[in-house]
Amino acid sequence: MTASPELQREMLRQMQTIRRFEERASDDYHNGAIYGVVHCYIGEEAVAVGVCSALNKDDQIISNHRGHGHCIAKGADLNRMMAELYGRQDGYCKGKGGSMHIADFSIGMLGANGIVGGGLSIVTGAGLAAQLEGKGRVAVCFFGDGASNAGSFHESLNIAARWKLPMLYVCEHNSWAANTSSRMTHARDDVASRAAGYGIPGVVVDGNDVLAVYEAATDAVARARAGEGPTLIECKTYRWRAHTERPGAADPRPLEEIAAWMAKDPIQHLVDDLKQQQGQYSDAEFQALDDAVMSAVAAAVAFAEASPFPAPEAALDDVFAD
Amino acid sequence: MREISYARAGMEALVEEMRRDPTTIHLATDAPPSLVEEFGEARIRATPITENAFSGIAIGAAGSGLRPIVNWSMVTFCFVAMDQIVNQASKIHYMFGGQQTFPIVFRSSVGGGTSLAAQHSQSPYSMFMNLAGLKLILPATPYDMKGLLKSAIRDNNPVLSFESTRLMGFKGEVPDDDYTIPLGVADVKRTGSDITVVALAWLVHEALAAAEEMAKEGVSVEVVDPRTLFPMDNETIRASVQKTGRLVIADEAGPTAGAAAEIAALVTEDAATFAALKAPPKRVCALQVPIPYSPGLENHVFPDRNRIIAGIREVMAAG
Ligand SMILES: Cc1ncc(C[n+]2csc(CCOP(=O)(O)OP(=O)(O)O)c2C)c(N)n1
Ligand SMILES: [Mg+2]
Repeated sequence: MTASPELQREMLRQMQTIRRFEERASDDYHNGAIYGVVHCYIGEEAVAVGVCSALNKDDQIISNHRGHGHCIAKGADLNRMMAELYGRQDGYCKGKGGSMHIADFSIGMLGANGIVGGGLSIVTGAGLAAQLEGKGRVAVCFFGDGASNAGSFHESLNIAARWKLPMLYVCEHNSWAANTSSRMTHARDDVASRAAGYGIPGVVVDGNDVLAVYEAATDAVARARAGEGPTLIECKTYRWRAHTERPGAADPRPLEEIAAWMAKDPIQHLVDDLKQQQGQYSDAEFQALDDAVMSAVAAAVAFAEASPFPAPEAALDDVFAD
Repeated sequence: MREISYARAGMEALVEEMRRDPTTIHLATDAPPSLVEEFGEARIRATPITENAFSGIAIGAAGSGLRPIVNWSMVTFCFVAMDQIVNQASKIHYMFGGQQTFPIVFRSSVGGGTSLAAQHSQSPYSMFMNLAGLKLILPATPYDMKGLLKSAIRDNNPVLSFESTRLMGFKGEVPDDDYTIPLGVADVKRTGSDITVVALAWLVHEALAAAEEMAKEGVSVEVVDPRTLFPMDNETIRASVQKTGRLVIADEAGPTAGAAAEIAALVTEDAATFAALKAPPKRVCALQVPIPYSPGLENHVFPDRNRIIAGIREVMAAG
């Protein structure tokens, strides 16, 4: 199914929001307002947005260490995201999670996760719950090419295929796991081809083309809702920034490789698509969109700054539920 | 009152709770036919041999409204799922700021005494006591098994149920009607006035036998069973030691950084209990080695009633 012009504009807004949010997160990390570690999603925005645009609010997703984009695409509140990065009381996790653990169960965002491959089985459990509930919900796993080599990938896909769980496994193949090229680690570079071993569809899409991602996801969601089981979708994409924002961290990736992918900017790709649709889009319109996005990000920072740090004793809260 | 086995009591708790709550599901590498017959294949899942995956699946299902009961079979097999237990289950509620509950029970058998050698004779519960975010039960009788397991299934947190291999066939009184035993409440299995033996699982029964033996010599032994390792019922243990002034701790696991070490610490770091001590506490545990196969070797490694008696005599002699 192709996306309506309105939906395409909404996708553009979300992608630009992710881009600007990440730029700000990076800046604020470097100026000390955000702690620990931040993994930026810049360059991969079309994957999260394309997939989540094919979902309903009550569908569920799980993310990995590079999770801000998935949160935003699933509809998370920028204010509470930024407050979490700032370690504040009004953050999604009351300052207990930080960048690698933002979750919002109320919108079906089951959390970022600091363990590579850790989310694969957890979200498969959400798929099992969706199947037993029988209301047509689906569950989606976002994971990297690095995670695709973990044992949990095989265990989870085999189970999901055998049980025909309503799931999408979305591999963000950016060719690097931290500072290791997938050429060094993958027996075969395509991850989607493994789907054959589980008897499920394996689809390769241009992960920088949000409309292509959306179409692949829409098909897979329809299949899942129809009770036909999971789909493995491999999105070829690239991260523009180093693995983490940590100062001085090595980035062994060739500059020409980075430049070549930056020339395939997923946001520019959609702007071009919109323009091609005969006068549907103007530069002024994009400028207005960006202004609105910038003020939403600025408002999120203001919200975060206004939120108090949690009381130290709050460290003892929420170890157990009542 | 009727008598049923420890294993049967566990099965009754499971079946009754699954009848009570349609959101419960069962995940294990084998699907017991009686459960499949009653609850169907949708709720009683035979998983592939993927402890890591089905432990994670339980977490995701719990966070999505179900109440999974996982059976790892032997505790041995949970070690391939350590990522999901340690990095995910124990922390997920806290890490996400308490926004979602994760009601899961992970069942497994522990202990030795059956010549299964090192990998299949483990009692590693203290490893999990050291993590914040998991509750741990360790029943010693059919009555406790049923009541604790029911509470575990109804609890809104991940609970690990450690079940003693040696006690599976052990029979005891279990009422017909529904009852639960709250987590975190120890049970004084025998009252006494001269010395406290805090014993775990199978060693509760060895301690009771030792107490019987010591009574003949005029030594009155109190036997305390913590029943849950987290939360630990510090008050009951301290109150008993304040009364008797002496403490032996008996555990089938090794002593190093074990449950017995924790119990010794919670007694000695409490000023009033420390002041009441007449002699240093004594741990009667397995020797700190992997469990060997040959019966003579295995018996040498594990504590039993005789070693508890020796421990009691040592503490009585010390003051
Ligand atoms: C089990 C585990 N091993 C190692 C790490 C350290 N680590 C964090 S992210 C990462 C690379 C992940 O690569 P990929 O899955 O391709 O995701 P990407 O960062 O490319 O989005 C590594 C090795 C980890 N978090 N978890
Ligand atoms: Mg990668």
